[in-house]
Amino acid sequence: MAQLKVRIQRGDGMAEYGVAARENQTVLDVVTEIQREQQPDLAYRFACRVGMCGSCAMEVNGVARWTCRTHVRKVAEDGTLTLRPLANLPVIRDLATDMTPFFDKWARARGQFQPKDAPNGAVPAEFAVVPPSSPKRQEADAGIECIGCGVCYASCDVVSWNPDYLGPAAMNRAWTLVNDVRDGGRRERLDAVAGDAGCHSCHSTQGCTERCPKNLDPSSAIAGLKRSIFWGVLAR
Amino acid sequence: MRDRRHPAYWGFVLHRVSGIGLALFLPLHFWALGHAIQGEAALEGFLRFTDNWAFKAGEWGLVTLLALHLAGGLRVLALEFLGWRARQKDLVALSAGFALGAGLMFLLHAG
Repeated sequence: MAQLKVRIQRGDGMAEYGVAARENQTVLDVVTEIQREQQPDLAYRFACRVGMCGSCAMEVNGVARWTCRTHVRKVAEDGTLTLRPLANLPVIRDLATDMTPFFDKWARARGQFQPKDAPNGAVPAEFAVVPPSSPKRQEADAGIECIGCGVCYASCDVVSWNPDYLGPAAMNRAWTLVNDVRDGGRRERLDAVAGDAGCHSCHSTQGCTERCPKNLDPSSAIAGLKRSIFWGVLAR
Repeated sequence: MRDRRHPAYWGFVLHRVSGIGLALFLPLHFWALGHAIQGEAALEGFLRFTDNWAFKAGEWGLVTLLALHLAGGLRVLALEFLGWRARQKDLVALSAGFALGAGLMFLLHAG
């Protein structure tokens, strides 16, 4: 049976393994096989295995991907896979990264829903009616399916240049809330994403949009924030 | 090595490199114009000195850089202000095409 060469970043160096190349195997299958058969102390992360949780994201041959949804035969180059942990995040061990800075930035971008009708957290008496065809609802819909896997964050050049930069996912979240007609935190949220580490630092290199496994368009969300802030300043 | 092979990244790099190129040229431009302060003859002499194929080739590069930077800037304005979601590749291709076209037009008129 043909062999697949797998190089995995472990600490400062790269370890090399050989795995049988099969007709149908995902990158996650390969990592699991290595851990079970050859390297029991290899650290990596996964949960659902079907592209719902986003926890198995890694860098495969230079591109951040969900390993559970990536077929080896589509990405192997000359029968070789090179696996690294997601870029732009601290590494806990081997292929497992610490996602804390990523989620802290969601909070910094004011990613929490702030009900307009119930600022103290009370449940509103009536359901809000938001027509699905309204432009704001459609803008929010375009970004709402983010599951926070961190692929966009690891693919973002601006985060690698400025570690404080909020990143695509946090600002995509902020943009969905800016378009949520039930939300009352618009002004504070736009202020939170307007700083030096916010939307104006985006160079539209669109690595996020290019790599998002859910085909979302965080680059467009960031452009939306820039636009809202621009017109908002003129209106002040 | 991180993979950055996508058109919007190339668009960014071209815009940045052309911008830096133009910024480096600007002092030379003012220095050349500065000859006029020393009188008409000084400027005329300098212009005659630059009237050869090497400077023409440089000038072609300059026109192309300028066109690249202009088209790249319009592209960024369009995608940020008009909120164009799709067809990013077409926008990059259009900007590059405009710059190449401007360069060729210059070459046709040079000489």
